[in-house]
Amino acid sequence: MATGFFATDFGILILTLLKALALIVPLLIGVAYLTYAERKVLAAVQLRRGPNVTGPFGLWQPFADAIKMLFKETIIPDGSNRYLFLFAPVITFGLAIIAWAVIPVNDHWAIANINVGMLYLFAISSLGVYGVIIAGWASNSKFAFLGAMRSAAQMVSYEVSIGLVILSVLVCTGSLNLNAIVLAQRNIWFAIPLLPMLVVFFISGLAETNRAPFDLPEGESEIVAGFFVEYSAMSFALFFLGEYANMILMSGMTTILFLGGWLSPIPFIPFTWVPGPIWFILKVAVCLFVFLWVRATLPRFRYDQLMQLGWKVFLPLSLGWLVLTASALEIFGWLPHA
Amino acid sequence: MIAAIAFYAFAAILLASACMVITARNPVHSVLFLILAFINAAALFVLAGAEFLAMVLVIVYVGAVAVLFLFVVMMLDVDFAALREGFQRYAPLGLTIGFILMVEIGLTAVNWTIAPAAHLAVLVPTPEHLTNTNALGNLIYTRYMFAFELVALLLLVAMVGAIVLTHTDRRGPRRQNINSQHDRTIAQTLTMVNMKLGDGSRQITPAARNAEPDKETAR
Repeated sequence: MATGFFATDFGILILTLLKALALIVPLLIGVAYLTYAERKVLAAVQLRRGPNVTGPFGLWQPFADAIKMLFKETIIPDGSNRYLFLFAPVITFGLAIIAWAVIPVNDHWAIANINVGMLYLFAISSLGVYGVIIAGWASNSKFAFLGAMRSAAQMVSYEVSIGLVILSVLVCTGSLNLNAIVLAQRNIWFAIPLLPMLVVFFISGLAETNRAPFDLPEGESEIVAGFFVEYSAMSFALFFLGEYANMILMSGMTTILFLGGWLSPIPFIPFTWVPGPIWFILKVAVCLFVFLWVRATLPRFRYDQLMQLGWKVFLPLSLGWLVLTASALEIFGWLPHA
Repeated sequence: MIAAIAFYAFAAILLASACMVITARNPVHSVLFLILAFINAAALFVLAGAEFLAMVLVIVYVGAVAVLFLFVVMMLDVDFAALREGFQRYAPLGLTIGFILMVEIGLTAVNWTIAPAAHLAVLVPTPEHLTNTNALGNLIYTRYMFAFELVALLLLVAMVGAIVLTHTDRRGPRRQNINSQHDRTIAQTLTMVNMKLGDGSRQITPAARNAEPDKETAR
């Protein structure tokens, strides 16, 4: 692959750092403009205008917000656990970023094209709950702790069905490598044969990222703002940005597992000329729009309904569909032999 | 070179955080150090080329088991003064047990002999065309099938046991039955009554509410 300087140990390190920068900078800009898009979409649904003062169409709004956050005072509550209090938002934001190391935006365009890419993504998303629990505990506040407990139960519950949905995709591909998973969808996207699983995955993704209608950990009307009620300035901003980065990550996972990653949706000549990353970004944008659309449309779930949906509806459904998929593949002889 | 540096760094952090697990005063800090130890152990697995085991370690232990640990430890109301109370009384007993264990471990270590055929097992080559996950799957689902199913059965028994221990038939709180809510019709819930002027609402007794509603007014 690389020659000369970039083939040495040190060179590989530099090259990886450059690749990481090339991914993180667009990602952070994407996160910033997702906050803008959310406000614009919500405004459109509610027949308002949304941010329109800062710059043309309010396009500089994310930067204005960021500068405002930077200049605010960081307040550390009395009796809180100082180090863990400051560490929690770093975990949340950091995990949302490092998961992108394995996501391929084009054929073999991932920073680390590892064999167990899907497991890596699942492992990282299962760690996300720590940022929330630690924040809730370290704040030394009842509301924050309630939010953290809610979130722990919620994220652990929905992870089970996410795992089973991922499994039913994996039996179709026979590989844990994300690149191979996308390439297995050359003939047909998994969204078509596994449509119910796409729905279960997306809804579980909403619960996993604590988005409406499953934003009970925040629940402004019941527990003020949940686990980050005590946070201010940049430590709050990291939670805020982490949530949006997690949304983009969930959309990226949906795109890779079900919507054919960077593959062109229409396999004819003018469309196949469009480079893969553009298709990838477009598909992620569609998923993100659905995230925002759902938030604007649906009211918040009640807590027992949330648990009932996770354990009594999604878990049996995804488990049954996994058995069905495996049986169908076995009967028709379509099992992949990797 | 870089791999060696990484190995020593991860190993050092692993040992240090393992020590902190038992020395930290705050139980929540102990659990967090335990998590750090798990993650470093996963990193060592990656360095050894066992990427599947590394990821499963993170998913199962850090993502599920330790979350529940943390959950429970945070809910506990630990009284640190009560914990230290009997320290001087129990110290001699604890020290004696610790000393006996140390002597036993020492005796074992001195008399340790490696089985003569053990070096043969190391020589089995890693198959080149197989990934880690494939190799493990090929073994678990063929040669070790019964052991694997036995483990699964054991977990099932443990789970059933936990449910039996904690399950209580709660009649108290009212539960939502979504099916019965969806099955209700307007006729079952709404009663239209023609009131006489000036009678007030005293006439509507519970009996009147449950009565078969008048078909014309129920619409």
